Amino acid sequence: MKVSNGSWSELLADKVPADLAAEIDVFENEIALKRQDRIDDRVFAETRLRRGVYGQRYDNGHRHDGLQTRELDFPEKLTKGPDTAWDAPGMQRIKIPFGGLNAEQIEVLADLSEEYSDGISHITTRQDVQLHFIHVADTPDLMRRLAAVGITTREACGNSVRNVTACPIAGVCHTQAFDVTPYADAMARFLLGHPDVQDFGRKFKIAFSGCRHEACGLVRLHDMGAIAVTRQVDGKAERGFELYVGGGLGSVPHQAKLLEDFVVPDELLPMAQAISRVYARLGEKKNRAAARIKFLIAKLGVDEFRRLVREERATLAEDPRWTDYMEGAEEFAESPLADGSSASRDGAAHSDNGAADYATWLEDNVYRQRQAGYSTVTVALPLGDITASQMRALADIARRYTRETVRTTVEQNIVIRWVPDGRLAELYGELAAADLAASGAGTIVDITSCPGTDTCKLGIASSRGLAAELRERLLAKSYELDASVRGLRIKVSGCFNSCGQHHVSDIGFYGVSRKRNNITVPHFQVVLGGQWQENAGSYGLAIGAVPSRRIPDAVDTITSRYLADRDGDESFQDFIQRVGKADLKGMLEGLSDVPTYEVDASYYSDWGDPRVFTTGDMGIGECAGEVVAPIDFQLTAAEREAFEAQLHQESGHLEKAARTAYGAMVNAAAALLRYHHGGELPTGSANGSGDHDQVVAAFRTDLYDTELFFDPFAKGKFGAYLLKASSHDSADYDEDGVRQLIEESQLFIEAAHACYARLADEAALV
Amino acid sequence: MSWLQHVNVKVYARTAAPDLTPAIDIFHRWIQSEYGDHLLLDVADYRHVPAGPGVILVAHEAIYGLDEAGHQLGMLYNRRTRVAGEAADAIGLSWREALAACAQLEKEPEFGGELQFDGAVAEVFVNDRRLAPNDEATAERLRAELQPIAEQVLGSGCELRRLGEQRDRIGFLCRGGQELSVADAQSRLSG
Ligand code: SF4
Repeated sequence: MKVSNGSWSELLADKVPADLAAEIDVFENEIALKRQDRIDDRVFAETRLRRGVYGQRYDNGHRHDGLQTRELDFPEKLTKGPDTAWDAPGMQRIKIPFGGLNAEQIEVLADLSEEYSDGISHITTRQDVQLHFIHVADTPDLMRRLAAVGITTREACGNSVRNVTACPIAGVCHTQAFDVTPYADAMARFLLGHPDVQDFGRKFKIAFSGCRHEACGLVRLHDMGAIAVTRQVDGKAERGFELYVGGGLGSVPHQAKLLEDFVVPDELLPMAQAISRVYARLGEKKNRAAARIKFLIAKLGVDEFRRLVREERATLAEDPRWTDYMEGAEEFAESPLADGSSASRDGAAHSDNGAADYATWLEDNVYRQRQAGYSTVTVALPLGDITASQMRALADIARRYTRETVRTTVEQNIVIRWVPDGRLAELYGELAAADLAASGAGTIVDITSCPGTDTCKLGIASSRGLAAELRERLLAKSYELDASVRGLRIKVSGCFNSCGQHHVSDIGFYGVSRKRNNITVPHFQVVLGGQWQENAGSYGLAIGAVPSRRIPDAVDTITSRYLADRDGDESFQDFIQRVGKADLKGMLEGLSDVPTYEVDASYYSDWGDPRVFTTGDMGIGECAGEVVAPIDFQLTAAEREAFEAQLHQESGHLEKAARTAYGAMVNAAAALLRYHHGGELPTGSANGSGDHDQVVAAFRTDLYDTELFFDPFAKGKFGAYLLKASSHDSADYDEDGVRQLIEESQLFIEAAHACYARLADEAALV
Repeated sequence: MSWLQHVNVKVYARTAAPDLTPAIDIFHRWIQSEYGDHLLLDVADYRHVPAGPGVILVAHEAIYGLDEAGHQLGMLYNRRTRVAGEAADAIGLSWREALAACAQLEKEPEFGGELQFDGAVAEVFVNDRRLAPNDEATAERLRAELQPIAEQVLGSGCELRRLGEQRDRIGFLCRGGQELSVADAQSRLSG
């Protein structure tokens, strides 16, 4: 931690806005109190989370080094949250509303990444910036330095309104109804610290989009989203928003539902306030797993939720900010630094940088703005990472070519807006000098990934390791790829929580683990056919788990098949629909075998991490355990049933789909019960899967109430899926309900695999 | 405690960057075998970032990195926690740690002798813009502290050249006039 801590306060006294200064002082005092152990761990944890000060992997003070679990013997014996060591490095999330950054802000971020972190600023899938390996004691000064340039980390994490995102090309886009930037900004300012958003059971994410049909805003996967629309009133176009609520990815993805089809700008903030109040009042608080607003809306139904929101809106006391914050929004417009030039965009002007590379970059990374003569340039960042030197080069470029109109994107890139076309070649040269001119933005090599096991406490598999590996392999053959394949998107999450947004990519992956040959092996679930367009219009479904080592082969198999069997100009989504999941699953089947450790040890560690994935099993020397335990077969059968449920759903047999999905869960539970009881189902529950009630009852008493089934982080969430489903009749489910049940059955089976691994580990220790 | 803290030392590699992949295994092994006297925490892989931090080994006290900043491969020792004693102690400790890591890396079999460091060239800079702002006064103060140590390691004819531009962290590139192995640099520093 920095020796200079505390000294920035004085230096920046006249630069930090008073409210932010006071807020940071409060946090610094809370840190001081925590050091004296005068604040409860849970309270302090939520306090720091609400300032974006987040935990990082191994912060419980334990780490498996590949041979043994080591205690990390930090000098300070304090904690900064339950089971969280004070000295353990953490992550600082920095909110960047609508992704907008100016040059000075970029330079400060660069400085902070060098002085407090590891020199890298990481752009997230929600337009935030994250710095890793930060000491909690450094955070107040870090926040002051940000506040001095107009950035706050307040409510960047915790149960609060997270970063308000928006299309990175808002205002320069051809398909927009209008520029949503000032409205996103108003929303971010209005809700920041608002008393009505302080009592949520979970986080709340908001997005703005300028149109319905493109992808940029991803409104439909957000807790609340607004899409710009216009209507004609007395021959004049009036601005408004379609307002959506209840979307979300996470373990069980939900598509947001339309709440209001036209909200005028002056009503936008009060409506958001009313929604917040209803959510704070009626949303789940105790069970985190069911606390997002999507669950409340699923429970109440969107019609009832709408009624409650309108009722709430009518009771709100007038707030002048509702309209003050909207002032000037209609007139808001960014402007260029210099006149757009009609000069050529082609490569001839810049042959010294390689005309072919320049042409590819123009094709991939340059978007011709709606304003003639200007372009928006995407700086494609590998895995969202950018160095401090590159940030400074970017700041210089932003000043030289534009009025510092830079934005981060949800695809973990950065865009520079308002570049005169006539200066593109020159800009390319400057970007190339800073190693920022990689082409391939928005193509198959531009892979999105969450932090995964690199730094995230919840990560199961190495999403960044996999993304880096795929990127390297795909880059090597990028020029040979057919345009239809090159245009696909890949997104990777380290676990079912979906921070990598794998549900809305053509080819998505999320990390899971599987017990193979008696050892836990990293795998990824393959999710195909999600839709990025239409504001994340539909989600892909899981096809099956493939060992992490074989995922590059899976990508080759999928893309080759698409290329070979594509019908004319058929899109990837249409292709997936037409071929059907059964066929696709068959395609991946050959990739799921795992050789023994002696034959190929690489399967047993993750990409970019040589440690054996689970060494507890290695310790018992069962690497050669070719004998497949009955539970392996039984869990595989349950997976197959969950898959069949998807097929029933696809063919419109909803009741059958629900029955099959539930049956899959029951069979997975029965498999675990048998394992737990030495091969037999406990007395009272049936031997086959015929008597579901008895299996569920035994599951409840033996595995759920005992918490043996509980996930270390999600606790009883997955077990509760079975208990909930057992009280529903298969005929009760509508289309959305069936879809959710199928997702839940897959997650339950994943949890059964994990529980089996834990039980096996414990047995091995005994 | 000295005003000079968070001293970074980057000892340049003699070779252009070989594939840094082996460094991942090596650094994980250092954690297993408890290399040095720091509390070693984790390894992070930034090979995908051009001219970036390369592969780093994060410790509580410092970050070790096979760093590629400026397209110059080197072993960077980035001190995070405070160092007791005088300014010379802070510089000496970081330089020693950087050289020790170089010596160990040169021995690691995975690089097959391809990774060699130049004991005669090192960047020394201060990773705290508040303690050490990049201005003339601080530059003189830092030079005064650094010169004797640089001469001890690199010889009296060594050159200290101010690094970077004003918004960069303050520091000097120290270059000796003669060929110097890592082992010799280590022994001069400890002598
Ligand atoms: S998806 Fe999982 S591993 Fe990735 S950041 Fe989210 S919680 Fe962590």
